[in-house]
Amino acid sequence: MHYIFEPGFFSSGPVHVALAVGTVIAITSAVVGVFTVIRGQSFAGHSLADIATTGGSGAFLVGVNQFWGFLAFGTGAAAFMEMTGVQRRRGRDVATGVVLGAALGLAALFLYLATQSSSTTGASFTILFGSIFVITTSTIPALIVSALLALATVVVLARVLLLSSLSPDIAAARGVPVRAVGTAFLMALAISVALSAVVIGAVLSTALLIGPAATALRLARSPVKAVFTAAAAGVLAVWIGIVLAYDSYYWPPAGRGWPVSFFVVTLTVGGYLLTGLRRREPQNRRPAAQDDHDPEHACSPA
Amino acid sequence: MADDLLRLENVSVRLGGREILKDVSFSIRPGEFTGLIGPNGAGKTTLLRVILGLQPVTSGEVLLDGAPRPHRDSSIGYVPQKLAIEPDMPLRVRDVVSLGLDGQKFGLRLPSRARRERVSDMLTAVGAQRYADARVGELSGGEQQRVMIAHALISRPRLLLLDEPLANLDISSEQGIVSVLARLARAEHVAVLLSAHDMNPLMPVMDRIVYAAAGRVAVGDTDRVVQPEVLSRLYGRHVDVIRVHGRILVVAAPEGVDEAEVAAEDAGAIR
Repeated sequence: MHYIFEPGFFSSGPVHVALAVGTVIAITSAVVGVFTVIRGQSFAGHSLADIATTGGSGAFLVGVNQFWGFLAFGTGAAAFMEMTGVQRRRGRDVATGVVLGAALGLAALFLYLATQSSSTTGASFTILFGSIFVITTSTIPALIVSALLALATVVVLARVLLLSSLSPDIAAARGVPVRAVGTAFLMALAISVALSAVVIGAVLSTALLIGPAATALRLARSPVKAVFTAAAAGVLAVWIGIVLAYDSYYWPPAGRGWPVSFFVVTLTVGGYLLTGLRRREPQNRRPAAQDDHDPEHACSPA
Repeated sequence: MADDLLRLENVSVRLGGREILKDVSFSIRPGEFTGLIGPNGAGKTTLLRVILGLQPVTSGEVLLDGAPRPHRDSSIGYVPQKLAIEPDMPLRVRDVVSLGLDGQKFGLRLPSRARRERVSDMLTAVGAQRYADARVGELSGGEQQRVMIAHALISRPRLLLLDEPLANLDISSEQGIVSVLARLARAEHVAVLLSAHDMNPLMPVMDRIVYAAAGRVAVGDTDRVVQPEVLSRLYGRHVDVIRVHGRILVVAAPEGVDEAEVAAEDAGAIR
């Protein structure tokens, strides 16, 4: 047993916090992620992550917990995207690319200034690539409340989001406030990005958001199954990631420990690639959906 | 008329300085099968969007049961021309039909046996029960149309609008969709307004025709509307109506040709 769980794993305070908070965040990110992929907003999620990086760095520079920086800049950017309608318009990718480049440039400046003044060299790494073992206990309630808020938003909007994804026109004709629903969802997405940033870092946060969801969409046929599969995949990646990261203190170079984000992202991508292998199976079982099936009109030429 | 289900009165729509619909008036009675026929760009989709309340009118009125159309209305079902979904979207055919019952509502609902049976019955009625568990994004165009018809009909609307449901279908799927629609419209007493650029597949089932061209419409029985004089006046240029092998072909002269002839025909045209 101790080959898997190195001594002290179950008695370590930071590990308990990491497992508990990591689980809540993994579930939230995975569930929000499923709807993000369904709505085709993965790129919006990535943009929010880049801008959240700036927020986290800025927060660190002025001495505030970086979660608040992730959250403030993420939701601010989401509100801006909604107001300008930037993600609804095509052909804006160049402008978006420039803005995101600027955001990361700003993040570089903030981190440089912060590490110059406080000489904590680990800070840049923490913001960019995560720090689930060093979560400040005072932020835990905020993390949990934010996660529940994002999760509740998506649960309340679930059916409406599905109908809008099927056809925005049908949803609008049936009285769904499509625009307001989109705004609410984007806010939930921004919160999830900020939460994932705490676990695996701002730069990688979309991996926890999109990875488990993308895997689930390959396996599950119904929305309910997709949500549960994604949540399970996300939680599993975070748990195994934490165990391996803890173990890695005993790996070479001894006494350093490998980053959790590396393990979480690798597991997530691994899961996605593995499910890709068995994907063709159901398609082969189902005959090509053309004209061979309609007994009523089997004799009519196409 | 008092018994009109839907009534458009002098509806005009102007978008970006262009007149898409000009003074359109017609009505639909309960249970009636109406074809909205016309070439591309005639304003058919805009007309359907006006009826759905998705497109505000510049002038005129849309009346449902003689009163202005309410903002939120479940008595109109809608089948859009295209679905915005990818093959990997985790929505089975039965999920889509179930969304037709209450997809506009907030919160979660618990699964129930009654609902499952109602969805199954609806799928059987449109002939889609065989692929009930397939992802809707993996289906062919004709199969998706059947599913969306089930989605629209399951909430028991009194009017069903379909935007070009026969576009890009092979002939057998086309006939399948038309016969399903005609059968259900009669059985459930649903009025159908279906847009198409080709009227021929609809000839056996159409009660009335709304012929649209250049933003205006001519309304009535097919025989009276599909006449060279009526259509020439509508298009504003010479139009021939050719009947061959039981099919009707509408052929418009190139723009600018024969305008004098149209004017001459106009003088003698019956309405």
